Amino acid sequence: MSMNKEQDFGTPASTASTHVNLEIDGFKVTAPAGTSIMRAAASIGIEIPKLCATDSLEPFGSCRLCLVQIEGGRGMPASCTTPVAEGQKITTQNPRLAEVRRGVMELYISDHPLDCLTCSANGDCELQDMAGAVGLRQVRYNPIETHLNAIKDESNPYFTFDPSKCIVCSRCVRACEETQGTFALTIDGRGFDSKVSPSQNQPFMDSECVSCGACVQACPTATLMEKSVIDNGTPEHAIVTTCAYCGVGCSFRAEMKGEQVIRMVPAKDGKANHGHSCVKGRFAFGYATHKDRITKPMIRASIKDAWQEVSWEEAINHAASEMKRIQTKYGKDSIGGITSSRCTNEETYLVQKLIRAGFGNNNVDTCARVCHSPTGYGLKQTFGESSGTQDFDSVMKADVIMVIGANPTDGHPVFGSQMKKRLRQGAKLIVVDPREIDLVKNSPHVQADFHLKLRPSTNVALINALGHVIVTENLTDEAFVNQRCDVASFNKWKTFIADPRHAPEVTEAITGVPAADIRAAARLYAAADNGAIYYGLGVTEHSQGSTMVIGIANIAMATGNLGRIGVGVNPLRGQNNVQGSCDMGSFPHEFPGYRHVSDPETHSLFESAWQTRLSTEPGLRIPNMFEAALDNSFMGLYVEGEDIAQSDPDIKHVHAALRAMECVIVQDIFLNETAKFAHVFLPGASFLEKDGTFTNAERRISPVRKVMKPLAGYQDWEVTQLLSNAMGYPMSYNHPSEIMEEIAALTPSFSGVSYAKIDELGSIQWPCNDDAPQGTPIMHTNEFMRDNGKGLFMLTDYVATQEKITPMFPLILTTGRILSQYNVGAQTRRTENVAWHGEDRLEIHPHDAEDRGIKNDDWVGIKSRAGETVLRALITDRVQPGVVYTTFHFPESGANVITTDNSDWATNCPEYKVTAVQVTKVNQQSQWQQDYSAFSEQQLELLEQGLSNG
Amino acid sequence: MKIERLIKMANDISDFFNAESDKEVAVEGIKNHILRAWEPRMRQAIIAYYKENGAGLSELAKTAVSKLG
Repeated sequence: MSMNKEQDFGTPASTASTHVNLEIDGFKVTAPAGTSIMRAAASIGIEIPKLCATDSLEPFGSCRLCLVQIEGGRGMPASCTTPVAEGQKITTQNPRLAEVRRGVMELYISDHPLDCLTCSANGDCELQDMAGAVGLRQVRYNPIETHLNAIKDESNPYFTFDPSKCIVCSRCVRACEETQGTFALTIDGRGFDSKVSPSQNQPFMDSECVSCGACVQACPTATLMEKSVIDNGTPEHAIVTTCAYCGVGCSFRAEMKGEQVIRMVPAKDGKANHGHSCVKGRFAFGYATHKDRITKPMIRASIKDAWQEVSWEEAINHAASEMKRIQTKYGKDSIGGITSSRCTNEETYLVQKLIRAGFGNNNVDTCARVCHSPTGYGLKQTFGESSGTQDFDSVMKADVIMVIGANPTDGHPVFGSQMKKRLRQGAKLIVVDPREIDLVKNSPHVQADFHLKLRPSTNVALINALGHVIVTENLTDEAFVNQRCDVASFNKWKTFIADPRHAPEVTEAITGVPAADIRAAARLYAAADNGAIYYGLGVTEHSQGSTMVIGIANIAMATGNLGRIGVGVNPLRGQNNVQGSCDMGSFPHEFPGYRHVSDPETHSLFESAWQTRLSTEPGLRIPNMFEAALDNSFMGLYVEGEDIAQSDPDIKHVHAALRAMECVIVQDIFLNETAKFAHVFLPGASFLEKDGTFTNAERRISPVRKVMKPLAGYQDWEVTQLLSNAMGYPMSYNHPSEIMEEIAALTPSFSGVSYAKIDELGSIQWPCNDDAPQGTPIMHTNEFMRDNGKGLFMLTDYVATQEKITPMFPLILTTGRILSQYNVGAQTRRTENVAWHGEDRLEIHPHDAEDRGIKNDDWVGIKSRAGETVLRALITDRVQPGVVYTTFHFPESGANVITTDNSDWATNCPEYKVTAVQVTKVNQQSQWQQDYSAFSEQQLELLEQGLSNG
Repeated sequence: MKIERLIKMANDISDFFNAESDKEVAVEGIKNHILRAWEPRMRQAIIAYYKENGAGLSELAKTAVSKLG
């Protein structure tokens, strides 16, 4: 193992297809047109000195170190800003160039602290490297005035800004602009007074900085430096792995000192992130070694008992015997399990295999039930495959981008930055969202052309109105439809959607969106050379979630916006491995690869491979499990890596169901909320402690690599294997690669996937098989994945939600997430990210607040038909009158106390986005919060007792 | 299984298929959806309830459930 430092070519690669020939220092070089001389030289191993240039940023030409001479040319041009030309003869080193470079370096060093031996960048400093490269041996100047006493800004919890070490190369400023798109940094002042300034000369934490780390990565000195490096020194080896936060699936170099992660640095060749990161993946990894980690297995007879630490053997045997006892008492179908989108593909595959083959039923489900299950259903029906159609890079060719019910800059920040880059290049933007997300007008140099600010729950009326305009104004792509789609279904849909009830002038009363805006947005999307739709949970988490996904698919097919780069239907998956956990057969009705359990061929394939009888009946979905538990017919649950006691709707109902079960087995890294209702706790491993793969929102299978030993001794797949063996269904894998071999053998879309190929290519987008041995960046290019190859149009009538506003519940609560926190917060709440978001707040419009006498920061009670909770108010016009909004990252917030059991008709995905509520000013926590707080404290005491006895 | 919950689920499914002008196609869609997505004890419960009186089930849902068993 070594650091394997990534080569910096100085400037970005040219994408030109034509090439030019030139000579650099006597060596012949061929480079794509538009390549800089600096990059062309680097490509043949000639390193031209540089400071302001780095290949993640456009060339800037300010440091004057990279000067070269061109035969027949005048002066000494900067090699970073000068493109190669046919027949050029370039000299990168000669005495004159050396003298100029030494002179430049001398000036830099004259105003730089000479504390290299004690500097945190010692050994990893480009300024130091350049001083050596140019042969600087003395500094002749004794400046009267310097920046050496400039004050260090330590306000950011993860990095410091030491202006005394700044050389004003602008790399940080450019990274903030070009890579992140936040424009939080600028160079303030001129000449000697020039300095890097966050916002208006504010500390970093008070500025617009989103702490993505792009500036830190770009800094060539110790000016911007990770505090973890300052505290621990530079790393000594690096292992490439994949982030365990959102569905972007960024590739990272875990830079290590022994088994300690010093820093996570986004990998330049990561195909999902291209060297970029966000505050979570880049910095918020400390939870993995947080003191709350539980590393010993524990059991107890009742949730009123103290936990008892036991050996792995005892815990596993106890868990297995309890599950078998329950099956004997209540029947084979009385137990089941939940897989995790936070675990690897291999772990998820193994859990569903244990349940289907070891438990003998199909009672397996996953957290996609509560997020993107409608995506799986809707896209499978229309396109034939339960996945998005594009790779992330496709957005760079989109001309019109429609973002529906998603907030990419907060939920999928690295992709959000890529999207913003395309928008700054001129792509048009349509935002469909009840709330003003940052893309609407709060991102510099980005502004939505249309913000269709619809009422929550009216998505389908809106998509139908868009479809109506497309059809009635003859904006359809008939050639595409005739060639690629089921024409009979199109004709039926065309008649349906042309009905006047779908006209924008009619739906305006439902959606609240002016008809003229709908018409203009529909025209913009339909007329685009490339129109691309990106959507999130604001589409799926509705009673008509699946209908809306189908509606999106309909208009994409009708306008021919599928099957090529720049277009498509792109679900932005929430968690790191939501796509993968669904692919791996986590749904109760489907084997891996989305094949129904009753399909004779598939059923026979799996029975033969797994050497056991399998059920042909669909199993229970998560909400059905809760219902059955309260009915005493589902009494044992194995939960790997999910926190259903916090994340699922109508939480009082969930808690009652968990209390009703006789054995709840939780496998997790923390005593999460669900574990407070558990009888067996099996300590899990963080993503840093395991091998495997994650599949991101663009179907990209990326490697997860172990960088430290599992704190509890086992990787999660090993724990599942132990449990399976104890249950009497033998498993004997030696490594996750063997599990992937089995997945590939049984799943057509994965048949070409192997660890060897992932290592070779870095990552692979499925389908990967004989037809696409290198994977498939863009799907449905020639035909759709349905049996007949044709895209299917389906009818999507708008059906109003049953969650009605009334005088008693006059407001609609909708939910979302924030950049710095992740999902239920179990990870990010245990990091410094709480500095940005330490509590969930209720956003309320000024009019609604005024009507209720509510001021900013007041405690407000939010009461729905399901329950009541209390949060602090945040008054903002980002929400429209009549709508309130909150995040759900803190268990004590009880956001899911108020959400209801309404769900999507096809998949039972909860209607998180629509809850009728009343909001009033209060001065104490709700009864539920008080009760739950007492329960939670009691559970922590029972844990403490167990740990002190152990 | 709370029957009220199953009735609501069946009605929600029929609301989607109600867009079909050919009601036979709609009924087939509802039936297949329940067959492919509902666990047997849920199906048994809704069938038993339909046979009892089926009150609260939409007409389409009733017809579809009648074809389940």
